[in-house]
Amino acid sequence: MTDVLATVGYGLAIAGAVVSVIAASGMLRLPDVFTRMHAAGVVDSLGAALVLVGLAIAGGFGTASARLLMILAFLWITTPTACHALAKIARAKGLMPPEREQQETGP
Amino acid sequence: MAALVLALLTTAMALVLLRALLGPTVPDRILASNAFGTLTVLWLAAYAATFQAEDVIDIAMIYALASFVVTVAVLKYVEHGDLGAAPDDVPPAEPRGGRQ
Repeated sequence: MTDVLATVGYGLAIAGAVVSVIAASGMLRLPDVFTRMHAAGVVDSLGAALVLVGLAIAGGFGTASARLLMILAFLWITTPTACHALAKIARAKGLMPPEREQQETGP
Repeated sequence: MAALVLALLTTAMALVLLRALLGPTVPDRILASNAFGTLTVLWLAAYAATFQAEDVIDIAMIYALASFVVTVAVLKYVEHGDLGAAPDDVPPAEPRGGRQ
């Protein structure tokens, strides 16, 4: 049973790390700040969830896994807040998504 | 197997750090440093699993708290140029009489 839990847990954690690498390469390759924000959201929600839940399952249930899940709950509250503030400030500094810019400069 | 998680997260951190160094605008750099902080929290959790060091999970928790506060503080500084600035919808306070 412990082996099954460790396999499932580390499988989830490796999947989360792969998702994080994909999202990080997306942050490197996507063209502007709003699309990069979309890629960063993948790290903050799916990557963090898979890694932390996987490690909590693999380590067995106890105080360590409870702390890992607390970290996950905290990240799920704070990262959308920071992302919202960041989008507001990027917009206030005059950055625009390309399609919106074309619509507004049209007739 | 946890060492593989550590290696992959280190790769992701290197890519995000490259964006923070390259990023043409200020919000790009703030976004990249915020994602770097999140990845650091995950890296610390994977470190704790790899080396059987449960204390590091507490460090990860504190890092998550501090990273959020620092991100919001930097965002406020970038927006207002002043960490003590009032929000937009609050009128500025009247100066006190005795404080010339």
